[in-house]
Amino acid sequence: MNDNKMFNAEVFISLSLRIGVFLSAAVVAIGLIVYFFSGTTGYPAGVFPTSVAGVFSGLLQLKPAAIISLGLLLLIATPVFRVGASVIIFIIERDHLYTVITLLVFSILLFSLVFGKAL
Amino acid sequence: MFLSTSIFIFLSSLVAGLIGALLGLGGGIVIIPVLTLILGIPIHEAIGASIVSVIATSSGSAIAYVRDKITNIRIGMFLETATTVGAITGAFIASHISVKALFITFALLMFYSAATMTRKRNARYIEGQVQEDPLAKRLSMSGQYFDKALHKEIHYRVAHVIPGWLVNYTAGILSGLLGIGGGAFKVLGMDVFMRLPMKVSTATSNFMIGVTAAASAGVYFTRGDINPVVAGPVAIGVLIGALAGTRIMVRLKSKTLRLLFVPILLFVAIQMLWKAWSM
Repeated sequence: MNDNKMFNAEVFISLSLRIGVFLSAAVVAIGLIVYFFSGTTGYPAGVFPTSVAGVFSGLLQLKPAAIISLGLLLLIATPVFRVGASVIIFIIERDHLYTVITLLVFSILLFSLVFGKAL
Repeated sequence: MFLSTSIFIFLSSLVAGLIGALLGLGGGIVIIPVLTLILGIPIHEAIGASIVSVIATSSGSAIAYVRDKITNIRIGMFLETATTVGAITGAFIASHISVKALFITFALLMFYSAATMTRKRNARYIEGQVQEDPLAKRLSMSGQYFDKALHKEIHYRVAHVIPGWLVNYTAGILSGLLGIGGGAFKVLGMDVFMRLPMKVSTATSNFMIGVTAAASAGVYFTRGDINPVVAGPVAIGVLIGALAGTRIMVRLKSKTLRLLFVPILLFVAIQMLWKAWSM
């Protein structure tokens, strides 16, 4: 097992994760600024998108709340991406046991996004 | 919801992030009472907003520990199978129990946090004294790191994997149920049962918090509990506050600050109970 190489890859992933967080935060901030200046979310009171499809259809009409939600979705997606990248590292390392464990975590995260509503 | 409310949410999240970072508590325990008690925001939306802010703050801090090779990535990944399933369980429970029960559970968490703030951490690691769990050996969990304070390489083994997994499952439930990072509980499982060196538990817990939070955030989002005009300002506010907090922390004695904060925490916990009582 080559821990040094793994750590280098992990540092790279952590760094991209950090960049992902700041990019998502920037999208949220843009959405908030548009909301503050337009004074409307683009939706009736108490209504906002609650699905990925809903966010994108709102984006096409440049609704401020949809921009904020896109940023929040990106934020939720960054750890999912980080686990996905770790799967690849363990595959490269030929660490079969941890490839399976990490794939399991990845599937749990996808499950919550896809089937969360049914819970 | 008015524009002014979003601005007020942003400003209080800024303060919550700052206080959370200074006390090592995380923003959730501060922002949820503010949102529910002062602004009257439904507790499910407050939890949804808080869990998103947990992802934002945890992802920034994890990198330093990974770079210094203190984080045990294998232990982290293994325990994430517990914390993510726990987080989904917690999010499930949150939608099936009454709002009153949620307020009471949150108040209990605050009492617990206040109690831990007055005590020292209960680490059980003694160099060379930890009996390795055969399961830990099969999962190649043992590791080493360079301790900067002791100026030497520390080699450690891992004990009691299953109890550690179960405590982390519970930590996940609390995170998904209450919208907190739950770092204190993850660390508890690794300190007391797996008998890891304190620095390794702390680093590995930081590594896991964002992934755990993402599991329940998915549920809260699709369920419609992540309201952009609440969660947006909370995420940005807590993130900026936490970044500022970690800068200031270097120059502040956090122990005195923690003790000063205990009565405030107790006061707010009683307010949460009062709110539950009057429902």
